[in-house]
Amino acid sequence: MSEPEPEPLSNEEYAASRLQHHFVSMDQQRDASTLAMWVFLVTEILFFGGFFLTYTVYRWQDPRGFAHASLHMDILLGTINTAVLIVSSLTMAMAVHSAATGRRRPLLAYLSATILLGFAFLGIKAVEYMDHIRHHLFPGPGFRYPGVDKPAAEMFFSLYFGMTGLHALHMIVGIGIMGTLLVMAYRGRFTPGYYNPVEVSGLYWHFVDIVWIFLFPLLYLIGRHLR
Amino acid sequence: MSDLHLRPNSRVGDTQLADHIVSPRIYLAVFGILLLMTATTTAVSFVDLGPWNTVVALGIAAFKATLVVLFFMHIKYSRRLMQLVIGGGLLWLAILLLLTLSDFLTRGWLPVFQRFES
Repeated sequence: MSEPEPEPLSNEEYAASRLQHHFVSMDQQRDASTLAMWVFLVTEILFFGGFFLTYTVYRWQDPRGFAHASLHMDILLGTINTAVLIVSSLTMAMAVHSAATGRRRPLLAYLSATILLGFAFLGIKAVEYMDHIRHHLFPGPGFRYPGVDKPAAEMFFSLYFGMTGLHALHMIVGIGIMGTLLVMAYRGRFTPGYYNPVEVSGLYWHFVDIVWIFLFPLLYLIGRHLR
Repeated sequence: MSDLHLRPNSRVGDTQLADHIVSPRIYLAVFGILLLMTATTTAVSFVDLGPWNTVVALGIAAFKATLVVLFFMHIKYSRRLMQLVIGGGLLWLAILLLLTLSDFLTRGWLPVFQRFES
């Protein structure tokens, strides 16, 4: 951060100082970065899409095997984690709102809350992982599973660890982004005329929430009525 | 410098100088619905609906995702270009899923290709 401190500038002057020379206006700059984030998210849709496709193909091969394997998920922890992410999406949306309306303290509070909820999610996920590993449900040579569904169950758990692992990786990246925003917000870098980093980071965070919205029913809920 | 040539149809309030700022009331309402839907999808999963369990679960997930995209991600208030990009992304996802599944899911239909089913 070698640029001079922005304090002496008015909000308008500061916003103008954030305009990169290759853009005509702040509007154009903002549209360009928002569009770019959406284009990135589209590639992410297809990235996760490959996983969802693989899941569908293998579940189609042995629906009951998948359903039985899914009974090893902790539905309570899964539901709580879904709620945690939804709350974090709310705090993220409120962070964007605070930035857009130029309220720094609420912005700092909402960003911090989002980070904490992100860690809460990862913590609960870690507890689940430990539990699965302790029950020998991690795919590979150590995989133990009673019953005839073992191949399907191992595939289910491969997909489970792959999909939730990739999702958790996105959460970790998201927390890093939120931490950066927090520092920037603390230094007063965002004003109503310039808060696009908060806006586009919010898009990313919400996207990661959406991925979980689909992972949750597909991994946790498909075998409950078989009990 | 004017950017009118970039936006011939721009109107006041059309995300010009300020983005459309969504009211926290709307965020709270969406948040409430999302939590309600999460409880619903968990509850419904305990009822045996046969193949409809998956349909309902995915339907609720799609509904929740739509709410997040429209309101939390501001697409309801965004310019057409962004909406088009998302539409394009979903179209490619549909191509990925539908064309691949049209292969895998129909393999048992002809006697020749039944090896996959075993």
